[in-house]
Amino acid sequence: MAKSIKEGFLQEGKQHAYIEDLTTLPPVEKERLLHTGVDVKGHSRAGTFMQLDNSVVHCRSVQEGVEVLNIQEALEKYAWVRDYLGGLIPLDEEWSGRRMNGYFVRVLPGVKTRYPVQASLYIGHEGLAQEVHNLVILEEEAALDIITGCATGAFVQRGLHIGITEAYVKKGAKLSFTMIHNWGEEVVVRPRGVTLVEAGGVFSSNFFCLSGVRSLLMYPTTRLAGEGAVGRYNTILVAPPGTEMDVGSRVQLSAPDTKAELIARTITTGGDIINRGHIAGEVPGARGHLECRGLMLSERGRIYAIPELEALVANVELSHEAAVGKVAEEEIEYLMARGLSEEEATSTIVRGFLNVNIEGLPSILQEEIDRAIAACRLGM
Amino acid sequence: MLRLENLSVAIGDRTVLEDINLEIVPGETHVLFGPNGSGKSTLLGTIMGFPRFRVIAGRILFKEEDITALPVNERAVRGMGIAFQRPPTIRGVLLRNIIEIAARDGITPEELAAGLNLTDFLDREVNHGFSGGELKRSELVQLLAQNPDLVLLDEPESGVDLENMALIGQAINHLLEKEVVRWNGRPLKEIRRGRTKCGLVITHTGYILNYVEADVGHVLYKGKLSCSGNPRELFGCIKRVGYGECVHCVL
Repeated sequence: MAKSIKEGFLQEGKQHAYIEDLTTLPPVEKERLLHTGVDVKGHSRAGTFMQLDNSVVHCRSVQEGVEVLNIQEALEKYAWVRDYLGGLIPLDEEWSGRRMNGYFVRVLPGVKTRYPVQASLYIGHEGLAQEVHNLVILEEEAALDIITGCATGAFVQRGLHIGITEAYVKKGAKLSFTMIHNWGEEVVVRPRGVTLVEAGGVFSSNFFCLSGVRSLLMYPTTRLAGEGAVGRYNTILVAPPGTEMDVGSRVQLSAPDTKAELIARTITTGGDIINRGHIAGEVPGARGHLECRGLMLSERGRIYAIPELEALVANVELSHEAAVGKVAEEEIEYLMARGLSEEEATSTIVRGFLNVNIEGLPSILQEEIDRAIAACRLGM
Repeated sequence: MLRLENLSVAIGDRTVLEDINLEIVPGETHVLFGPNGSGKSTLLGTIMGFPRFRVIAGRILFKEEDITALPVNERAVRGMGIAFQRPPTIRGVLLRNIIEIAARDGITPEELAAGLNLTDFLDREVNHGFSGGELKRSELVQLLAQNPDLVLLDEPESGVDLENMALIGQAINHLLEKEVVRWNGRPLKEIRRGRTKCGLVITHTGYILNYVEADVGHVLYKGKLSCSGNPRELFGCIKRVGYGECVHCVL
């Protein structure tokens, strides 16, 4: 499958030299990075990774106990990396030791980071196929926030991004994984992600794609394998005309007292969204809740919500709520009665709709969400 | 302040209100009695300008201006405020946010909320999971922020327990500048002259009259104003003989 989709895209692209100081990037590209939560100055960040096309151009950690490496470098440095790599998502047969790109982030036992690690996966060349394999390992009782910004350059319209992310959250560890996509209008995106969470571990994923993309297909999965593990997915999608998104999230509750919460908010201004969700309760005492809500801000477009609950034993507690529709007239009137114009009322409601109260969301991301909402209104 | 002239209103193709004439002068509070389905909420909604109520004849004057064709928010900005009987929930919008939206001058949500025992609700989604009494208090705190010159209240007492009723009565009196303050020797006439706020209150049970002094009462029956007069007298009569007698006045 991956083979056929790569056809028609430039496979290798030119190699880029290492960039010691990311602030030397052109202003327009820096702005683009900022919109995906990546700060070139690296202020308030525990580490920074940047991959431009298929070259790792920047990679550093400024906090002890946090290792940020190019995945290829990690493979060469530690023999045991081979045990993790491909452990959750089997490696492509054609890999066979070929050079890889992507990030390796490892947090040593008990190390709790104050600032996030930021990673940028950037396509700077028109028509290029970018491939990434990321590996994240949180040792026992470690804690980390990762912000991954995936974007195309300011002048790139077309490209292909294939990304694999494997994450291991060991006993009592806590990983918050925020990913922001900001693509050119003709970009095809195929990310895959699997996370394994051990006893008492917490994995929170926040995914945003608030602007147009040709096609985005993803269905990341988390397996809660240890007692008391928690998995959360927040998914925020905005699809303008010409965009196709098929985005889901899945949690397998494979140990006692595990808990999953999946929340999705989708908006179409003319694009096509399929929003899936799946919680499987495999052992007694597992709990899960799934919420998908969609707003149609246009007469065109489609939102197709497919929430799935699967109970494999009797003693599980799974629930879901789903609602799809346009902005309610009575809500608009309510705000108008308090003095807002119809347009202001609608944007307040849409803003509220997208407000899922994500803990510890960097303010730059909140600004990015505001910007996307402003753009949504133009599409109405 | 408010004048309705020969006002007729339809919902869809059905005429709901016919030839309504009503005037509220500055400082006055009027109450509207009437059985279920008589058109009370339609009248309030029409004054506020909700588009599902279509004015088919007559006009609405507010502060001497014809506002019949103005949208809801333009009326709000001109000094009209309404407490909804069944307000909607707006997900992701906090009570704090909507108080700030409604506020005309530099009012802090904390101060207003404290007066209505709503401090713990400020950071909750507006109306989400609120009880009957909490909904009413939420409506009133928004109105206090808005501080309108004409207050439209749709059954402020419904679903409210005794304890909350006193609190709600107090808030309404404050809105209408009818708070009982210690008499400072000023003649009543002067106190009344200083009062400019107006109210139009729908009541089904008449219970609100124990808390808020109203100046004029009206009975709305089958879409027509059948009589007007002293509100307590009217209500006493309705309690005795029921709305059935109103039919004679309408005919």
